[in-house]
Amino acid sequence: MNKLPLIIKREYLAKVRNKSFVIMTFLSPILMVAMVVLVAYLAKVNDNESRVIGILNESNFFSNDFVPSATTAFVDFRDVTLQEAKDSVASLGFDGLLYIPKDSTVRAVTKRSFFYTKDAPPTQVVERLENTFQERLRQEGLHQLGISAADFAKMDTHFQMNTETFSGETNLKGINEIKAFIGGGFGYLIMMFIIIYGGFVMRSVIEEKTSRIIEVIISSVKPFQLMLGKIIGTSLAGLTQFAIWIVSASILLLISFAVFDIDPSAMNAGASIAPNMGPSLPTVDQTMQLYAQELFKIPWAMLITFFLIYFILGYLIYSSIYAAIGAAVDNETDTQQFIFPIILPLMLAIYVGFFSVFSNPHGPIAVGFSLFPLTSPIVMLMRLPGGIGEGGVPVWELVTSIVLLIVTFIGIVWLAAKIYRVGILMYGKKPTYKELFKWLKY
Amino acid sequence: MNNILVTKEVTKQFGEYTALDKISLEIPENSIYGLLGPNGAGKTTLIRIINQITYPDSGEVLFNGKPLKAEHIAQIGYLPEERGLYKSMKVGEQALYLAQLKGLSKPEAKKRLKFWFERLEIGDWWNKKIQELSKGMAQKIQFIVTVLHEPKLLIFDEPFSGFDPINANIIKEEILRLKDNGTSIIFSTHRMESVEELCEYIALIHRSEKILDGKLSDIKKAYKNNIFNVGLQTNNADILLRELTDKFTISASKFDAKENQLDFTLQLPTDDSGELLTYLASKANINHFVETIPSTSEIFIQTVQSKGKGLDE
Repeated sequence: MNKLPLIIKREYLAKVRNKSFVIMTFLSPILMVAMVVLVAYLAKVNDNESRVIGILNESNFFSNDFVPSATTAFVDFRDVTLQEAKDSVASLGFDGLLYIPKDSTVRAVTKRSFFYTKDAPPTQVVERLENTFQERLRQEGLHQLGISAADFAKMDTHFQMNTETFSGETNLKGINEIKAFIGGGFGYLIMMFIIIYGGFVMRSVIEEKTSRIIEVIISSVKPFQLMLGKIIGTSLAGLTQFAIWIVSASILLLISFAVFDIDPSAMNAGASIAPNMGPSLPTVDQTMQLYAQELFKIPWAMLITFFLIYFILGYLIYSSIYAAIGAAVDNETDTQQFIFPIILPLMLAIYVGFFSVFSNPHGPIAVGFSLFPLTSPIVMLMRLPGGIGEGGVPVWELVTSIVLLIVTFIGIVWLAAKIYRVGILMYGKKPTYKELFKWLKY
Repeated sequence: MNNILVTKEVTKQFGEYTALDKISLEIPENSIYGLLGPNGAGKTTLIRIINQITYPDSGEVLFNGKPLKAEHIAQIGYLPEERGLYKSMKVGEQALYLAQLKGLSKPEAKKRLKFWFERLEIGDWWNKKIQELSKGMAQKIQFIVTVLHEPKLLIFDEPFSGFDPINANIIKEEILRLKDNGTSIIFSTHRMESVEELCEYIALIHRSEKILDGKLSDIKKAYKNNIFNVGLQTNNADILLRELTDKFTISASKFDAKENQLDFTLQLPTDDSGELLTYLASKANINHFVETIPSTSEIFIQTVQSKGKGLDE
């Protein structure tokens, strides 16, 4: 009789019934949603904060340049000294005083202008004032050169290189980054899953070792079966947790946005606080459409298929290493020296992915790391949204990468199983790499 | 007699270290077999090989005359020295799981567990977690799990360590009952006196080698030196002792004047003690007359010394 399903079931139930696991599963989405809602809410509150700024303008310039906005009002002071203006700003509770002295030229005036505040001023406010000054200086410069503002506006110097692949497809600037981001999301998911649930596998092995049930069990089943059952059972528990997270988080998010009346798209507004001051692109909508088209063109079915392949293989490789580590040690504190070398390739994959694959998805570094089996699950997924074949990842690279991954998978699982088999029955031995190497020969 | 288990020159090495050196054993069916030796002698390694947890580098193990295979696992029950249970799992669930791993179906396992739980009077533990039980209680459950699938061969590694005397006795009784029902049993222990009375056969393992094996009564017979402990009731001990010393090898004599009792140890050239007994009876009242039989540990020490090997412990 095959005992693997029995082991998987027990490992799954043991994990799912664990109190801290249950709490984590149901608390995390609430915490996550609470955080998102809080951030969105704070952004909303922050946006609505109104400011009053006093202006003492002694010069002949800047009479109409400060236009009040929804959040900022300007109050002009006249016929007072700077000290008097400062005092009244303070007593009236204004947010600041802009002092523009008298001088002959705009340039000289701007040089000696000051913005006084109680504490360090908010960046947006200073930026806004700076922009006004810059615009005025530019106009002054144009005026001196004898160019009218209207003529200048006609001179649109904004330029974008038209790019196309050899096969005639239009390339969009930044689309590579967007694609890599989508792949990077998948890769990141794999990394998180490996670190969290690999750790679970490891602790579960240590628990069996310290509770001394291990020898009872492996007198009934092969250590390899136990290891495999443990890995599969734990990852099924992990997938359950992920599913619960995704479903409950989306429901909670929808509910809370409805309750708090937050427009989710408003959250992006924060990112675009300082829009390009230059002439706006007339083709924004068109470009957006192109991007949308390009995103639809991403072969999602293919991407998800390969995500599953890389996910399963990558996870099995790493979690069997975790299982071997758990078997080699007597308690969790001894695991540190072994954990770091595992996390290293994962981190490397993420960093290489974000720095190198984004800018050049088919460069030598991207190719190298997407072939190397310990990083390929993450890096290859970052490259794949660009498609397979022409213009995308060459088929041979994909095949090589998966074959290498499978070979490594078999090799690593074999090695890990050997260490596991010896390690689970070893007590009181401080494991070193040398010791582990010896175990391979037992 | 049929042998349930035979090992032929089983050798196991861990790197440079030889854990088992050509161990050959024959374990007769329906017997209690003692695997004796100090800690680190290699007993546990041998047992792990029998349980197919590890594999020998060379040599062969036969179960019921056939080479040991994975399918034999269901016919062996093993209570390891390092034993424990899942701490946060319920007793009943855990026992069911372990029984199913041994190949029992769920309903069958449930039925048998119920029987055993009632037998050992622990029926109300079913829904308790192991961490709520004492060590002795957990040991009872481990015992049940070991024997539940009614194996032909039971292996107990240090079975009585951790049991209080009352529970140890209950378990001893159960083991004897299993033996009466036809099960073969291997006891492995370094505390030789703890199983001496139970074993019919023993093997002594020392430093990875078998130094002696066979039927315990035969071994004892071979190792006894015809030494007798004698206690006599007499009024003239001095004269009697002098007479005896002339005829026999006498040692460790002692006279209790208050009770008029003379105690001494006497060695005969053969094990024919009839003549001696008649002689003694004619001289005095015999309080006791006992042949000294060496204990297993004495035999062990003697064997080790005679083989010219020092004993570490």
